[in-house]
Amino acid sequence: MLHLVNRSPFEERTIDACLRVAAPGSAVLLYEDGVYAGVRGTGVAGRLEAAAREMRVCVLEEDLAARGLQDAALVPGVHRVDYDGFVELAIEYDSVTTWR
Amino acid sequence: MVSEGPAQRQSAESAYHFAQAALAKGHEVIRVFFYHDGVHVGARASTPPQDERNIGAQWSALAAEQGLDLVVCVAAAARRGVLDEEAGRRLDQAPAPGSLLPGFRAAGLGQLIESGIDADRLIVF
Repeated sequence: MLHLVNRSPFEERTIDACLRVAAPGSAVLLYEDGVYAGVRGTGVAGRLEAAAREMRVCVLEEDLAARGLQDAALVPGVHRVDYDGFVELAIEYDSVTTWR
Repeated sequence: MVSEGPAQRQSAESAYHFAQAALAKGHEVIRVFFYHDGVHVGARASTPPQDERNIGAQWSALAAEQGLDLVVCVAAAARRGVLDEEAGRRLDQAPAPGSLLPGFRAAGLGQLIESGIDADRLIVF
């Protein structure tokens, strides 16, 4: 399953809820304000790094750039994808769920 | 499905860019359903300042170019004043889309369910 998280981890707890439930082998895409969770050095970075060892964790490049974070160091194991990559992820995983 | 409002959230933009990327790769977008505050995207009366983005107009243009089916939830739109008075009064009838942007139509949740059955993926933005 592909999990979509669009909320900032400093605003809501959706990334924590998602990581508690997401199964190993699934994928998590951080987009919109969700990209803040992918940046190195925040309070959620440790949990995200642990998750990235068991599942594919990606951040949407366009949304990083829209927030001036295009050159920011990401949490180890987290990958950048663009909208083409977003489409590919939606195809590769048999279902897509959005966390609110 | 676009489920968040264009004034506060980015859902309508994210869905727009995703749809463009999917179409460019040769995929079919069988329907875009605007639900909850997402119905504001289809409001014809919505007039952002001219030097700001206008995501409703962008969706309209993409619909004209690609033949997309843009559906605004009739109940969610009536609740928020996005449909005109006549349409709001008669939810059981196909409303005249006078208060919607070109390319948008109003319909019930059955259209969302149908899309979920017919499409390989349903993505909620």
